[in-house]
Amino acid sequence: MGVFVNDYPDEAFIVRAALTSSFVALAIGGLMGIIQTLHRTGFYDSLISNADYYTVLTLHGVAMVLLFTIFFLVGFFQWAVTDSLGRSSEDIRITKLWYAMMVLGAGMSAVTILGGFVDAGSLSGVDADVLYTFYAPLEAHPLYYIGLATFIIGTWIAGFDWFRSWWAWKRENPDERTPLRTFMVLTTMLMWYLASLGVAISVVFFLIPWSLGIFESVNSLLTRTLFWFFGHPVVYFWLMPVYMMWYVILPKLAGGRLFSDPLARIVFVLFLVLSVPTGIHHQYVDPGIAEGFKFLAMTNTMFLLLPSFLTAFTVVASIEHGARQRGGKGYFSWLTALPWGRPAFTGMTLAGLMFAAAGFSGMINAGMSINYLVHNTLWVVGHFHMTVGTAVALSIMAATYWFLPIITGREIFSRRLGLAQVLMWFVGMVFMGNAMHRAGLAGVPRRTADPTYSQFDYTNTFGAVTELRFQIALGAVFLTTSLLLFFAHLVLSSFDIGERAAATPDSIPTPLSGPEHAPAVLDNIRLWTSVAIVLILLTYILPIASIVSDGGFLGSYGAIVVDQIAALLSPVLDTGGGVIG
Amino acid sequence: MEIHKYEKFWFGLSLLLIVGFIGTITYGAVGAGVQMVSDSGGTVEPSFSSINDHEKFAQQEDNRAVPVEGEEDKYEVGVVAQRFIFQPGTNNPIEVPEGSEVTFYITSPDVIHGFSVVGTNANTMVIPGQIAEITVEFDELEGDERKEYGLVCHEFCGAGHENMAGKIQVLPEEAWNSGGDA
Repeated sequence: MGVFVNDYPDEAFIVRAALTSSFVALAIGGLMGIIQTLHRTGFYDSLISNADYYTVLTLHGVAMVLLFTIFFLVGFFQWAVTDSLGRSSEDIRITKLWYAMMVLGAGMSAVTILGGFVDAGSLSGVDADVLYTFYAPLEAHPLYYIGLATFIIGTWIAGFDWFRSWWAWKRENPDERTPLRTFMVLTTMLMWYLASLGVAISVVFFLIPWSLGIFESVNSLLTRTLFWFFGHPVVYFWLMPVYMMWYVILPKLAGGRLFSDPLARIVFVLFLVLSVPTGIHHQYVDPGIAEGFKFLAMTNTMFLLLPSFLTAFTVVASIEHGARQRGGKGYFSWLTALPWGRPAFTGMTLAGLMFAAAGFSGMINAGMSINYLVHNTLWVVGHFHMTVGTAVALSIMAATYWFLPIITGREIFSRRLGLAQVLMWFVGMVFMGNAMHRAGLAGVPRRTADPTYSQFDYTNTFGAVTELRFQIALGAVFLTTSLLLFFAHLVLSSFDIGERAAATPDSIPTPLSGPEHAPAVLDNIRLWTSVAIVLILLTYILPIASIVSDGGFLGSYGAIVVDQIAALLSPVLDTGGGVIG
Repeated sequence: MEIHKYEKFWFGLSLLLIVGFIGTITYGAVGAGVQMVSDSGGTVEPSFSSINDHEKFAQQEDNRAVPVEGEEDKYEVGVVAQRFIFQPGTNNPIEVPEGSEVTFYITSPDVIHGFSVVGTNANTMVIPGQIAEITVEFDELEGDERKEYGLVCHEFCGAGHENMAGKIQVLPEEAWNSGGDA
């Protein structure tokens, strides 16, 4: 088997382009990260004003969680589909089209956000200081929403492109099981189609017309609910490529192979089925949504722990198997037989370790009554910096050390430098993550330029707030240094002056328990998608009907049309609201 | 399909943990009585005139909690969260008597805000059009000193958001009865 870049040069070009976009976003997001951390913690707050802080925060959020993660995902998925099916794109022009659309959309949104730095008047009204959640009636320039919509439509076409490859492959190989990597891509994309429908409806039908002045108002609870319809599954969209890495690449790096192909398929099916009907858990303390709907979302959320628990088992078992293949012995001493000198292995393993820790704070967030204590505090920020900010971001950076030779044909510059980089990220996030969690418990709010108030002091039982502030800033310095090392490494690798000139072979070993052990029903994605749709309807129809009957589609509380809809739906709604008290 | 016995064991354990989590939260809701913010507060058109006409906000003449008629130790406070103050709360601290049960009704005429009593689990979103209703129990004070709680807006609501905060003062019975500072 050859090297991907030689076998599929056109696809490898798109993969490299997508990764480049991803890392540009990472660089911008990282710069905004250090600026805002030093500002907020008070260590250096003269660079930007408090008002500009929110522009910085918006850019940090959009660049990191939408652009960095999703651009990497489309590049990685393109490789996964092409490589595992062993066939080129059906039409490379479509592949180029979706990439171009995503760049165009990202560019439009970025310009409007950057407009926030320019004084009002000179570029009158072009800004988007609305954070990445863009809760209406905070209003951004129309181009911000149009850019987001264009970006998302680009991802939809990408998914279509991959389905097309699969359909063509299926026609030629009617009796073969879908390769694991393609199966993972398809289930993830189906989840994404369902999830992004929420934000697409919100943006296209409400926010764009409203920002253009066609509608005077919007129903802010409705657009917020539609955002979270998308906003929770999007975290699995970030996570799924990483799960693919943990299932496919990590066991190989450990020296072995995946423990179980069927279990991997079950996990991805569970994510397809359960990811979307959980979004209301971000709205546990929202008025206007009955307690019963919140309880339902919580139940789904808790069951979503299952695929992650299963992943923990399979991945650790696969790593142990690899270690034993390399001569590892004993209950725990096999750990020493692992390839800790490889940044890809060490980075991904540390990312997984931190994901386990973050899983515990996630369970707290998911518990609807205990969530009162932490909702919208720094605790939540600590949680997602350890999940998307480490489990995902560190895995992506670590995997890049493995992935780069495959798509460029050149070995990376230095394993030691890579190792220092991933370790530094981990240490930085230990400081930042734990301090943010603890600050949240003391009641320090998120999303503010200055968390000190004249009205009160925080009483923190776990340490002084000044110490926590110091740890957060220290963590940010580590993380920024780590990023600088990462980018230096990418640049140095491109000069082909690495340790070895030849690229490593990139074949993925077959699992210990292969797809022949997986029941065929697992591959019936039509069935699983239908189950997902039914669950979504069950979870969302009643709360959305209730929100619309309260405030109409456009927030016209008390209008006549609304009364009619309310009367029409009232028998249904009464039943729904009575599930719990 | 072949599933390893360790996998089965792990699967069972995971399910047990999940069911356990749901069980404890259910107990918290039913047994300990932790209620979720829900749609009980009703709605109001998000404009100053409609909010001022609404009974829960119209009865709020100053910064003192309003006694609920016919119910001992029960009070209500109507709070308007707007860019970038709580009314009441920011200019004057909200005053409540010790040992009382106070229901807060909070709404917004402009954008989404947050309402959180720092260091406690009193925490809700404030969404235009919706009236958030949360009930908070205030303990008896140990001495005759007032006790203060911080109040913050925890959702970004525009440039100036970082200044949106206030106070709640728990008054000893005597100070409350003599009218507080209102």
